[in-house]
Amino acid sequence: MSQSITLRVNSQRRTFSADPEEPLLYILREEFGINGAKYGCGLHQCGACMVLADSKAEPTCLRPCGSFEEIEITTLEGLAKDGGLHPVQQAFIDVQAAQCGYCLNGMIISAAALLESNPHPSESEIRAALNPVICRCGTHSRFVKAVKLASEKPNPGL
Amino acid sequence: MKKHQPSDTGRRSFLKTTGHLMIGFNLLPLAFCQTKGATNEIPAYPGIPLRPHVDGKLVDSWIRLDAEGFLTVLSGKQELGQGIKIALIQIAAEELDISPDRCRIINSDTGQTANEGFTAGSNSVEGSGKAIRNAAAEARRYLLAMAAEKWSTSPDSLSVTNGTIKSPKGDEISYWKLLEGKHLEGTVTGTAPTKAPRDYRYVGQSLQRDDIRKMALGEPHFVHDLRMPGMLHARVLHPPSYHAKLESLAPTAVESMPGVVKVIRDGSFLAVVAEREYQAVKAREMLKSLAVWSEVPLRPLPRELAESMTTSLGKVEEVQMSPGIAETIKSSTISLQAEYFRPYHMHASMGPSCAIALWEEELLSVWTATQGVYPIRATLADLFSLDEEKIRCIGVPGSGCYGQNGADDVSGEAALIAKKLPGRPIRLQWMRESEHQWEPYGTAMAFRLAAGMDAEGKILAWDTTLWSDSHSTRPNGRAGSFVSARHLDTPFEFRKGGFSAGSYRNGIPEYSIPAKQLQLYNFAGPLRTSSLRGLGAYANTFAMESFLDELIHRAGKDPIEFRLENLEDPRARAVLEKLAEKADWKSRQKTALNGFGIAYSRYKNSTSYFAALAEVDIDKANQTYRLKKLTGVIDSGLVINPDGLRNQCEGGMIQSASWSMLEEVRYDGNGIISENWSSYPILRMMDVPEVEVHLIDRPDTPPMGAGEAAMGPVAAAIANAIFDATGSRIRDLPLKAEKIAWNTL
Ligand code: FES
Ligand code: FES
Repeated sequence: MSQSITLRVNSQRRTFSADPEEPLLYILREEFGINGAKYGCGLHQCGACMVLADSKAEPTCLRPCGSFEEIEITTLEGLAKDGGLHPVQQAFIDVQAAQCGYCLNGMIISAAALLESNPHPSESEIRAALNPVICRCGTHSRFVKAVKLASEKPNPGL
Repeated sequence: MKKHQPSDTGRRSFLKTTGHLMIGFNLLPLAFCQTKGATNEIPAYPGIPLRPHVDGKLVDSWIRLDAEGFLTVLSGKQELGQGIKIALIQIAAEELDISPDRCRIINSDTGQTANEGFTAGSNSVEGSGKAIRNAAAEARRYLLAMAAEKWSTSPDSLSVTNGTIKSPKGDEISYWKLLEGKHLEGTVTGTAPTKAPRDYRYVGQSLQRDDIRKMALGEPHFVHDLRMPGMLHARVLHPPSYHAKLESLAPTAVESMPGVVKVIRDGSFLAVVAEREYQAVKAREMLKSLAVWSEVPLRPLPRELAESMTTSLGKVEEVQMSPGIAETIKSSTISLQAEYFRPYHMHASMGPSCAIALWEEELLSVWTATQGVYPIRATLADLFSLDEEKIRCIGVPGSGCYGQNGADDVSGEAALIAKKLPGRPIRLQWMRESEHQWEPYGTAMAFRLAAGMDAEGKILAWDTTLWSDSHSTRPNGRAGSFVSARHLDTPFEFRKGGFSAGSYRNGIPEYSIPAKQLQLYNFAGPLRTSSLRGLGAYANTFAMESFLDELIHRAGKDPIEFRLENLEDPRARAVLEKLAEKADWKSRQKTALNGFGIAYSRYKNSTSYFAALAEVDIDKANQTYRLKKLTGVIDSGLVINPDGLRNQCEGGMIQSASWSMLEEVRYDGNGIISENWSSYPILRMMDVPEVEVHLIDRPDTPPMGAGEAAMGPVAAAIANAIFDATGSRIRDLPLKAEKIAWNTL
């Protein structure tokens, strides 16, 4: 069942042996030591497991890792570039947008994807982009505020 | 990419150390819990040597200065996302005059921290905060006395700047130089002077939480992120319903699956252990398809529940009696009676519960997101008939829990599984369906309220009868509180505790009413229950403040004015007055398409004051409504961290809106139907209202917990707003649009 698979995660290529049907989430956590993407439901209902797949926010808890071979995968860990945080990450810290923080990965990844395609979104566009991600702690109002703040930065989609 | 494994030193000491108490020491406090990096001014935090906790009376149990240049705070309370770490650091930093960025905190570890019971009921700042404040003040007094002796001067003449003591003559010495490696051995007498609030520098500031940065960067933070050498992954297959028994299982097909290390069957407790996490997930699926269960149907069914509650009387608990109250109510000019209902609600943590357990030579270590490391240790001791000293429970943050979710159960199960594979750390995470179906819910509750009012709108009597199952079945030293311990071949019996005060929390109105009565019937319901944010206060306040709104409407009065007229406590009045002012209550724009609802409560009748306003818009064409905005005012005494307090209130308001408008655990005879987010929908981004929070700071009064204060008032405020908009009084939660009488609009 196992076969050789090559993935590009956070600009690093790695070849490893795994069952190509294994969902990407487990590979990220076990092969790549990723913490950002998390298991929340395994059903595409909660967004805990989001990554950027070719700049689009995508859940990873069901889709087989083998199908990501030609895709550029960026995780929460890979958003910070050249020593600086991604504007969305910085805004989440500035606004103190978290309670338990389990949803943060999905929220930040979805917001980063939104700002890359739409650097100055309206509030309803922000809400729509973050809607696939569950937050049980009720931190939503701060997420909206943080994404607005990031969108006011010179290079929000970075 | 960064390396997110524990540091090499961590791993080495983890592997080599034989002393039990040293297990994981370097691994956790250094590599995992304390990651704030070194900066130009501040060197890397070196950690503190592990010293077992002796006694809560010692300064050293709360405050340590062993790490050169750093203050380490120890607290038995767990970070649950409520920002307790930074609040406790602020308190300690304040008393010792050390900049908070030189402070670190270690939470909940039976190997090091004091036994502070459970992190619950919003009591962390009140309890742990007070202990830490006193210990820090004691430490300061001790250090100043030492320096004074050294310089032959009086302690009163000395000052402290960021951990350095200075004399008027220009002598200077830091706390750490002064101690020369000695411990703070004194006891906390409680007599050391604490700072006056007007001198506060750190308390009262919105200092940022360090952990938010870690989480935003994807650094390891959660118990889910712990990785240990030789770790194996486990999954549990719970029975299909509460009373189901495993009849048969042929496990060979599972055992031969790739990566599977072991299938564990003990009575109806079933688990698999595999090398890789996904292999464990697949093996569990296979197990599920092979296991044959005998089932016992659940009763009463949801449609029979409310009636079965209010007709199964049993033994009444007379919490407060007022003889002749029924007569008073009957003979009043206005006499009202109504029944209210709250269904079962879920904690529904976003991250399914997770724990890691390791058995080594009859010693058990458990990394757990429990709310109480000591109580769970006692419960594990009962499960394994083991001395408590042979168990170490180390608290690691989990997904927000809001009460007792699956965190305790998963810890007990991980320990049961790890027992079968000594020497291997076992990481067990629940599947989504396990969290939804097996967590202990907030219980269903039923209320019968009656009140009498005179012609002027003065309430003369208020009579409450309520029915409720238990609000607390937490681990208490008896293994039967772990759900899976009840499924073992030799099962542990589950006994409910006798704590009924959670059921009638906030059941008696604070309003000035001459006659008040409250009676409770403890009801043994069909579903598993335990503590959920606010316990009975949520539904009691929903029922009370909705019913009060009915009375106010009958009296034709203004809901804020009416409450002000009937509340004596000036702090209660102040939150309502501030709400009226901030929300511009008097000039609100009432139209045919909107509604405004007010509610108030003082949590537990003794802690934080909270007043809420809800605004709803109705959509007649689509027969639905939208919660547009929630405004809250809170007074929780001295405010330690204003932004942290605001954050907690915002979260509570949104969570309560979700419970109140959407949520009810669905089940039928075969078990729980609400098994994921589509069968148990909660409020999502598109439907979350705007929230606004105002604080009343009272620096001269003790700080009080705030996490639960919003829950009840928000529920009633929304119900009252719906009534204001539509004339429909919804008395059974959730406040679904289909319960509104649209045809009368
Ligand atoms: S874990 Fe993937 S969407 Fe929930
Ligand atoms: S902050 Fe806890 S789930 Fe969002």
